[in-house]
Amino acid sequence: MTTDELKALKSDLVIDARGTACPGPLLAAKKAIGEIESGEIMEILSADEGTKHDIPRWCDKMEHEFLGFVDTDSYSRLFLKKA
Amino acid sequence: MSSEIENQVKLLEEQLKKLQKKQPKDQISIIVFSGDLDKALAAMIIATGARAMDTEVKMFFTFWGTAMLRDKNKSGKGKDFMSKMFGIMLPKGSTKLKLSNMNMAGMGTSMMKGLMKKKRVASLSEMFGTAAELGVEINICEMSMDLMGFKREEMIDYPNLHYVGVGSYLADAEESRVQLFI
Repeated sequence: MTTDELKALKSDLVIDARGTACPGPLLAAKKAIGEIESGEIMEILSADEGTKHDIPRWCDKMEHEFLGFVDTDSYSRLFLKKA
Repeated sequence: MSSEIENQVKLLEEQLKKLQKKQPKDQISIIVFSGDLDKALAAMIIATGARAMDTEVKMFFTFWGTAMLRDKNKSGKGKDFMSKMFGIMLPKGSTKLKLSNMNMAGMGTSMMKGLMKKKRVASLSEMFGTAAELGVEINICEMSMDLMGFKREEMIDYPNLHYVGVGSYLADAEESRVQLFI
């Protein structure tokens, strides 16, 4: 997905994990994924650079679809679709 | 002819079952041998991260690693002189660990703890809480505890804690895909 497409996405759930360093955002994602249904979109806010690599790998393993990320000044928005 | 094929299928199925049993699980086993703050942090980050990845985690705390599992508010009864000495010399719980490098008489360690807070890295005791929540299994080497003179009643309250020997570690390790010695 392009950055504009991602920005236009309506997330079903937004998880703010900016207050934690590795592995905080990953743990937050794991905890929150149970709250949404298959096909719904979750957005993770993270200020941890490593998370941008970790979440796609996590999605790969858990068979969720990683849609991409958008960087802002101080954090990233990561999007995924639940399997 | 068809019964021969049936027999062969049966044989293959049996062998497949045997092979599947030998396949390592989606599981990691981590030995925590060291009692240093930095190494313990690495072990706990990997352990909690692995649970986020839906991987089973079996941790084995042995030798210097056992001291961080002591509860600072508990004490063991009926210790002999050597056990008491060890008890005083060794860190009482995860908050008392020191860095393996740049400790500088404790200055380095407290600087690192301040830095961790600033950079929003969870403290070791927070990580033990998360590990408990996520179902990380903790195994403690009974023999090490005996050597150091630690009693079961002075160890932390943890939902998934076992006192084991090397056999349990090996059995779990053989079933694990990833092995770490920290």
